[in-house]
Amino acid sequence: MKRIVIVGASAAGLTAAETLRRRGYDGDLTLIGEDPHPPYDRPPLSKQVLTGTWESERATLRTAQQLRKLQADFRLGQAATALDVADRHIHMGGRESMGFDGLIIATGVVPRRLPDSDLAGVHMLRTLDDALALRAALLAGPRVVVVGAGFLGTEVAAAARALGLDVTLVEPEPVPVRRPFGDRVGALVAELHRAHGTRLRCGVPVRQLRDADGRVTGVELGDGTTLPADVVVLAVGSTPATGWLTTSGLRLGNGVVCDALCQAAPGIYAAGDIASWHNPHFNTRMRLEHRMNAAEQAIAAVGNLLGDAVPFAPVPYFWTDQYDTKIQAYGVFPPGAELRIVHGDPSNGHFAAAYGHEGVVVGVLGWNTPREVRMLRRLVAERAPWTAVTGACAPGSTTAHRPLDLRGGQ
Amino acid sequence: MKVVIDQHKCVASGQCVLTAPEVFDQREEDGIVVLLTETPPEGLVDDVRQAAALCPAQAIWVKEQAEE
Repeated sequence: MKRIVIVGASAAGLTAAETLRRRGYDGDLTLIGEDPHPPYDRPPLSKQVLTGTWESERATLRTAQQLRKLQADFRLGQAATALDVADRHIHMGGRESMGFDGLIIATGVVPRRLPDSDLAGVHMLRTLDDALALRAALLAGPRVVVVGAGFLGTEVAAAARALGLDVTLVEPEPVPVRRPFGDRVGALVAELHRAHGTRLRCGVPVRQLRDADGRVTGVELGDGTTLPADVVVLAVGSTPATGWLTTSGLRLGNGVVCDALCQAAPGIYAAGDIASWHNPHFNTRMRLEHRMNAAEQAIAAVGNLLGDAVPFAPVPYFWTDQYDTKIQAYGVFPPGAELRIVHGDPSNGHFAAAYGHEGVVVGVLGWNTPREVRMLRRLVAERAPWTAVTGACAPGSTTAHRPLDLRGGQ
Repeated sequence: MKVVIDQHKCVASGQCVLTAPEVFDQREEDGIVVLLTETPPEGLVDDVRQAAALCPAQAIWVKEQAEE
């Protein structure tokens, strides 16, 4: 292979480039990234960058010198506009195009929009420039309404409260972060926000944004009430950035559809938020918008591009920081999974929980318990029987699982 | 090679401990990374590089001898 192109120059794209060099690939390497900034990290954008605890430069992933050492051609501020699979070319708008022998697709996701997303005072948060614009707006001391209480929305609400602002979090589900974590943990997250002075309006949808002269003035809810607002943050999910691939012939579903090797077509792999692949560990197709997965999947995809032929079967890891609370999770959290507290006590703010589904442990969650949840991860990695957590003795069960012993070990 | 960590960037994910438990640990109270050895033996070099690549907070660097 003489020429590898990586489309997307964020965490996944950068990790792919570094992995290629680490694995000894010494051919041509190009990274095409729509964002004009050198690769930066996204998790701090909704936390330290928004609160101002960090200067934005601190979110930059590599120094200029480290990037130079990669000996890669960085085409930043340039978007790929089309992919020709048969011809093995990337088009970049105008007449420019570029051939490749191997391709990594890592263009991530774009925020989902609402009809009134273009009003002044309405913000979304995906890029560094988005974060800086939102921070500037928050410094004016506005009344803030955050629409959507997933991870991004809850983190933005917490950051805005940390700045001392009047914040309301709106969510159509009955509790925040319900889809990933279920009702019980969602209720704890709701309590956490209330305790820090964030108002919650859960279980009610947004009807529309109100405006005057093109500037947002409030959020009208499904029950007819209107929350006055100077700044509205829309955190209502995201969609895979596959627009440039629609004519490529690649299979697109919820993202770029790949096999268990993260391969979308011969010599073409996808990694990070955009990649939908079959995870053999859980025997299910998944697409993850987690920071950890961006790196892990990029490493796996590059390995397979170089001929490893190893299915990508990770135990997903993700976390969120809100106020002084850190929630960390391993695995998957399907609707209807059963929850059991296996360490500590939710009422004192330190606990770990296991999630069981179809008789096995599929996820573990830590609430201010980083070491314990890391040790519990093996329950998911080993597909421990749910009875190992509940204490019931299953017929034929072995003694291999001693999940609740958190002393020592890894 | 020399391992460098930034405890202020660390998000206590523990990925480094899962990848190279001989080199990294987590503080009892908050899970922040602790370096057990700055200069791990040759046999652990690949694991340490993998830990640095996987760290979701980019809080681990590997310095080659030439850079020290």
